Amino acid sequence: MSVYQKNELEEEETSRTLSLIVDNQPGTLARVIGLFSGRGYNIESLNVTEIDKIRNLSRISLVTRGTSMTIEQIKSQLLRIVPVHIVRDLTLEGPFIKSELALVKLVVKGANRVEALRIAETFRARTLDVTLSSFVFELTGKPSKLDAFIDLMRSLGDTEVSRTGVSAISRGDKTETKLLDQI
Amino acid sequence: MTLNYMTGAEAVIQALVDNKVEVIFGYPGGAVLPLYDALFENKKIKHILVRHEQAAVHAAEGYARSTGKVGCVLVTSGPGATNAITGLTDALMDSVPVICLSGQVPTHLIGTDAFQEADTTGISRPCTKHNYLVKNADKLCETIHKSFEIASSGRPGPVLIDLPKDIQLTNVKYIKKPPKIKKHNHYYSNVDEDLINRVAKLLLQAERPIIYAGGGVVNSGPKASKLLTELVNLLDCPVTLTLMGLGCVPNTNKNFLGMLGMHGTYEANLAMHNCDFMLNVGARFDDRVTGRLNAFAPNSKKVHIDVDKSSINKVVSVDYGIVGDCKEILSLLVQEVKKLHNQKVLNSKTKWWSQINKWKERDSLGFKQIGNNIKPQQAIKSLYEKTIDFDTYITTEVGQHQMWAAQYFGFSKPNHWMTSGGLGTMGYGLPSSVGVQIAHPKSLVIDVSGEASFLMNMQELSTIVQYKLPIKIFILNNEWMGMVRQWQELNHGSRYSESYTSSLPDFVKLAESFGITGLRVDNIHNLEATIDEMINTNGPVIADIRVEKEENCFPMIPSGAAHNEMILSSDDNVKDTSNEGLALV
Repeated sequence: MSVYQKNELEEEETSRTLSLIVDNQPGTLARVIGLFSGRGYNIESLNVTEIDKIRNLSRISLVTRGTSMTIEQIKSQLLRIVPVHIVRDLTLEGPFIKSELALVKLVVKGANRVEALRIAETFRARTLDVTLSSFVFELTGKPSKLDAFIDLMRSLGDTEVSRTGVSAISRGDKTETKLLDQI
Repeated sequence: MTLNYMTGAEAVIQALVDNKVEVIFGYPGGAVLPLYDALFENKKIKHILVRHEQAAVHAAEGYARSTGKVGCVLVTSGPGATNAITGLTDALMDSVPVICLSGQVPTHLIGTDAFQEADTTGISRPCTKHNYLVKNADKLCETIHKSFEIASSGRPGPVLIDLPKDIQLTNVKYIKKPPKIKKHNHYYSNVDEDLINRVAKLLLQAERPIIYAGGGVVNSGPKASKLLTELVNLLDCPVTLTLMGLGCVPNTNKNFLGMLGMHGTYEANLAMHNCDFMLNVGARFDDRVTGRLNAFAPNSKKVHIDVDKSSINKVVSVDYGIVGDCKEILSLLVQEVKKLHNQKVLNSKTKWWSQINKWKERDSLGFKQIGNNIKPQQAIKSLYEKTIDFDTYITTEVGQHQMWAAQYFGFSKPNHWMTSGGLGTMGYGLPSSVGVQIAHPKSLVIDVSGEASFLMNMQELSTIVQYKLPIKIFILNNEWMGMVRQWQELNHGSRYSESYTSSLPDFVKLAESFGITGLRVDNIHNLEATIDEMINTNGPVIADIRVEKEENCFPMIPSGAAHNEMILSSDDNVKDTSNEGLALV
């Protein structure tokens, strides 16, 4: 441990889901990612898309890991970025939903094809593409559910995976509309 | 709103005028020719032609720090912009408001590896507070007005605006600066009556309080310094300042313990170590200040006032963090302390002061001037004594001379001390002095320099001569990169790897080759006469002060050590630096 680090018993690192409202303009994502790499923070998952065409805003859903002091630091640092307007700590602020979408290609022949379809049905995955030697499944849900599904598919044949990363939103009637109106 | 058509370049210059820019430091090149054309015969903005773009930014920093205004820089694309990066990083680390306009290849050539193209916004992203690439001429004016707001509000910092050449040539509608620009919603403050009341009570009830203040007080304006001094006097509380904060409490104030930190005074560091209550005003618990963190002021309650929320609890956990502008918070604190003062008796600090006075008796800044060789400490001390009646501005480079200047020169006012604290940029002082002298043409501006640092930006002598700036360059010449040599002596068994500056120029002849005065002194008996001659010479002077070659800068907290483990001289039993300490910078 560096002598310039805190010597207190380091509190355990936990996973946190942050939700950011940012200007949809070139460089904003680079600023956010640059902050994480430049200051040595972790990004476990990142997802970004425009959510408001009129106000030109995007939402970034971001999963990171750290002690509570590190997370507070990350949130304060994020708010220093000029095009970042809102930083929500969903994990801290209350119940929230996180969901992810995965596209899973399975290359499979013979008896395993039936097994693959059966598992897909159990997981409520949609079959988007079929050939005599392959499937493409689409599955949404919690990251852990996606992990389990992908693990099963891997045991059946060659798989290729594309995942969106976690997208998150708070539960209940709390919205950011008021805050957004001030932007 | 008045609308007016002009070229993009003219609009940029008009926007600078609108933002009260009087001086711009720059260097022309292909991608900024339209801007330079717009500057030609412009009566409102004076352009100072530097000799290197890094120097342009440092000059703008010197200008900004000595005036409280925003410094302005104009550089060309590619190498012009990349040369400015060190200056921008310096401004970011020391929170100096700077606007840097950089030229860029025309928008249709961006991304083609065109001549003198660089991804300037990409390169400067982590070393500016914010930056813009203006691709749409309609956004030009708005962007510049916003940039000034960003650079100067909250925690100040550098903003870069990248201007493609075609945008500079396009006709645009000029849009005046709106009377009020909406602040970004993260400039917030958590100040409330209850918090101020609690902190004021803690201040009054503390038995061993200390106030530790930094550059944030200087940045907040002269009023903040006055309020801080008032608070110190009200409480009869010891106060120590960081390198960046020097001057915000007058050096002559009886409660001032000197600078703290790695080369701070014994009394300041021990008072920090033993305090039971610490009020940090506008400082950021930098590693030069704290020493080993697990032994930093171990038994104290801590309150931190900072305009930047991310500074609070970044490296040191505090009991109360107050986010907001120093002068506003200090003003509330002073009021509250006065109010409480009438109701309650202030906790007696007699015991605390007698303890501090005992530490003072160690005379940690004492040195012995024996023989004919000039001690660098004596050189600074004499410089201070000789200039005490002038309105003196000091800039420095980085290294031993910088620390000696901080220790032995007294600052009675804020904004009179310009040094590279956060980034530690050798070569900062000379160009910075250019900016200071431009802003204060009648004042005495001295660049306290080391011979190695001086060589890093000495091309600026040419700028100094061109604009007839009467800057005094006071070189403490020991022929070594002194601080590097000192660390090699202390940490690396005196193996002086590459720290000797051989092939030095004859500084007197160098001065003469630029048509300015060169002085040299190597005997203590002639030191004062030389300083007098330097001050009394009209015009710039290089004074080559040949000092004791292997003098070390003390007192010192060795790397990886705590405040109470400082060494006062080479004679102290110096413990070997810990392995962790060796890894530190």
